[in-house]
Amino acid sequence: MSSDEVYRRIYDNPRFQALVKKRGRFAWTLSAIMLLAYYGFVCLIAFDPKLLGTRIQPDAVLTWGIPGGIGLILLCFILTGIYVQRANGEFDREVRQILEEAGQ
Amino acid sequence: MKGFSFSWRALFGAALISAVPAMVLADSVNGEVHKQPTNYIAIGMFLAFIILTLGITKWASARSASTKDYYTAGGKITGFQNGLAIAGDYMSAASFLGISAQVFTSGFDGLIYSIGFLVGWPIILFLMAERLRNLGKFTFSDVASYRLGQKPIRFLSALSSLTVVAFYLIAQMVGAGKLIQLLFGLDYLIAVVLVGVLMVLYVLFGGMLATTWVQIIKAVLLLSGATFMAVMVLKSVNFDFSALFEKAVEVHPKGDAIMAPGVLISDPISAISLGLALMFGTAGLPHILMRFFTVGDAKEARKSVFYATGFIGYFYILTFVIGFGAILLVGTNPAFKDAAGELLGGSNMAAVHLAKAVGGDFFLGFISAVAFATILAVVAGLALAGASAVALDLYTHVLRGGNVNEKAQMAVSKGAVIALGIVAIVLGIVFEKQNIAFMVGLAFSVAAATNFPILFLSMYWSKLTTRGAVIGGAMGLITALTLTVLSPTVWVDVLHHPAAIFPYKYPALFAMIAAFVGIWLFSVTDTSAKARAEREKFFAQFVRSQTGLGASGAVDH
Repeated sequence: MSSDEVYRRIYDNPRFQALVKKRGRFAWTLSAIMLLAYYGFVCLIAFDPKLLGTRIQPDAVLTWGIPGGIGLILLCFILTGIYVQRANGEFDREVRQILEEAGQ
Repeated sequence: MKGFSFSWRALFGAALISAVPAMVLADSVNGEVHKQPTNYIAIGMFLAFIILTLGITKWASARSASTKDYYTAGGKITGFQNGLAIAGDYMSAASFLGISAQVFTSGFDGLIYSIGFLVGWPIILFLMAERLRNLGKFTFSDVASYRLGQKPIRFLSALSSLTVVAFYLIAQMVGAGKLIQLLFGLDYLIAVVLVGVLMVLYVLFGGMLATTWVQIIKAVLLLSGATFMAVMVLKSVNFDFSALFEKAVEVHPKGDAIMAPGVLISDPISAISLGLALMFGTAGLPHILMRFFTVGDAKEARKSVFYATGFIGYFYILTFVIGFGAILLVGTNPAFKDAAGELLGGSNMAAVHLAKAVGGDFFLGFISAVAFATILAVVAGLALAGASAVALDLYTHVLRGGNVNEKAQMAVSKGAVIALGIVAIVLGIVFEKQNIAFMVGLAFSVAAATNFPILFLSMYWSKLTTRGAVIGGAMGLITALTLTVLSPTVWVDVLHHPAAIFPYKYPALFAMIAAFVGIWLFSVTDTSAKARAEREKFFAQFVRSQTGLGASGAVDH
C-alpha cells in the first residue's frame, strides 16, 4: 500500500475527522483567550491609560496594572500547561488508536 | 491631515524612548561609550565559561557526524532541555539589561514590553509547534515547501532567513563590542573578533548539539544570577512587595507615574503593530524555529514550548523585580552616578550596578561574564540558522535540485559558517559608530511578514499555491524593508532627514497585511495544473501534520 493510500484511509476515518475538529477547536479557543487578553491589555493602555494606573486601595501605591501584567505572564504559562496536558494525553492516545486502525 | 501630522510629533518623541528591548540596549550603547577599568574577576569568569563551552564543543564534535546530528543534534534533545535552550535564545543580554533598565527608568512600561515578548509563545504552541515537528526535518523551509515548488519557496525563505540573521547578528555584534568596553574594560575590536571566532568554533565543530548546550548553560547561569539578584532585592525590603513599591515610588523622580502606563504605548496603531511584530515575529525567527527539530517527536516539541514559556515568564518577572530593586539600591546611591546625576555607563547598566550593590565585586564579575556569554550563545544559534539556510536550502535544493551527497553539503555548510563569522566581524566593525537601533525590530518585522505567513498558510490553507506564497511572501519582505527605511528609526535617526515619510516605527501590521493579501490573491487566481496538483497534495500533508505519520524521528546510534 502506498503512503498516499494510508494517508487517504486515515483522512477518511471519521474518528480522525472528529479528533482534528476537537483539537482544532481547543487550540483556537485557547489562542482566542490569549489574543483577547493581550490585545485587551494593550488597547486598555492605548485608550485609557489612567485605568490601569488606578490604585487598588487608596492608601497603598499598588495599581491594577501590576497584578494585571503579572497575571498575563501567569496566564501564558497556565494556558500552555493546559494545552500540553490534554494534547500529550488524550489527543495523543487517540492519534495512536487511529494509526493502529490504519495498520501503522 | 495637519492635526494628524502634528500628533505624530509627540509620537516620535515617545517612539524614541520606546523600543524593542534589544533596541533599548542598542540605543544607549550607541555612539561613544567610556571604557571602564579592566575587570579581572569578570574576565576570569568569562574565560571559565569559554573553556567549559569549548570542552562541550569538542565532546559534541565526536557526536555530530551525520547531517541529522549536525543540524538537529540527532533529534535527541529532551523537551525540558529544549525549553531551556529556547528560553536561552530568547533571553538575550539586551532583554536582561534592556528590560531591567526600562523598569528602572519608567517602571510599569518595562513590564508591558516583556509581556509583548512572551505572548507569542502560547500561540506558537497552540497553532504551530506539533505541525512543525511533524512536517519538518532540519529547517522551517522543509515545512513551507512540503507540497509546493522546492526551488522558489526555499529561495525566498532562505533570503528572508538570511536577512533576519544578518540584522540580528549585527545588532548582537555591536552590542557585544559596546558591552565589553563597559563591563570588562577591553577594546571594541577585541570583543567583536572574539565573539566572531568563538561563534565559528562552536558551530563549525559542535553543530546543533554544542550550540544547544552552550545555550542551556547560559540560560541556567542567567536564571540563577537573576534569581539571586531578585531574592537579594526582596530581602532588602523583608520580602514585602508593597514595601518595595512604596519605597520605589518615594525615591523615583517620576513618583507615582512608575506604577502606571507611561509614554510607551501612545497610539493604538503603533501598539498593535509592535504587538504583531513581537508575537508573529517570534513564530518566524529561523534560529528559534530550527529548535523544534532537535526533539524526538511532537510530544517533546509541545513540552519544549511549555517549559520555555515558564522560564521566559519567570525571567521577565525577575527583571521586573530587579528593575524596581535598582530604583531603590542603585538610583539612590551616588557611587553609581556621574557628576550630572546620570547612571554610570548609561541606564542599561542598572542591572549591572545592582549586581555590585547586592553581591559585591565578585557577583558583578559573574553577571558581566553571564551578560557576555549570553551574546555568544545567541550568535552561535544565529550562525547555525544562517548556515543551514545556505547549505540546505540554497545549495542543496535551489542549486542542486536535491541531488547532493552529504559530504559536499557539509563542506558548504562549514564554509558558510566561516563566511558568516567573517561577515559578522566586518559588519560589527563597520557598524560600530552607526545607529543600529532599528535592526532587531526589522528582523522581527521581516520574520512576521515573510516567514510566518508562508509557514502558517502552508500548514493551514489547502488552496495555497507556490505562486501565491512566493509573490505574497516577497511583498511582505519588500514592504517590511521599505517601510523600515522610510520610518523614523532609519529616515530620521540614521539618514537625518527632518521628518519620516512613514509615520510608524513598526511596519509589521502593514507588511503582514501585504503578505497575507498577496498570498491569498495570487493563490486563488492561480488556475495552472501545477497549482491543482499542489492543492491535491494538501490532504496527505494534513494527515501527517496531525498524526506525525512519516515524521522524521530521533536517530539511534
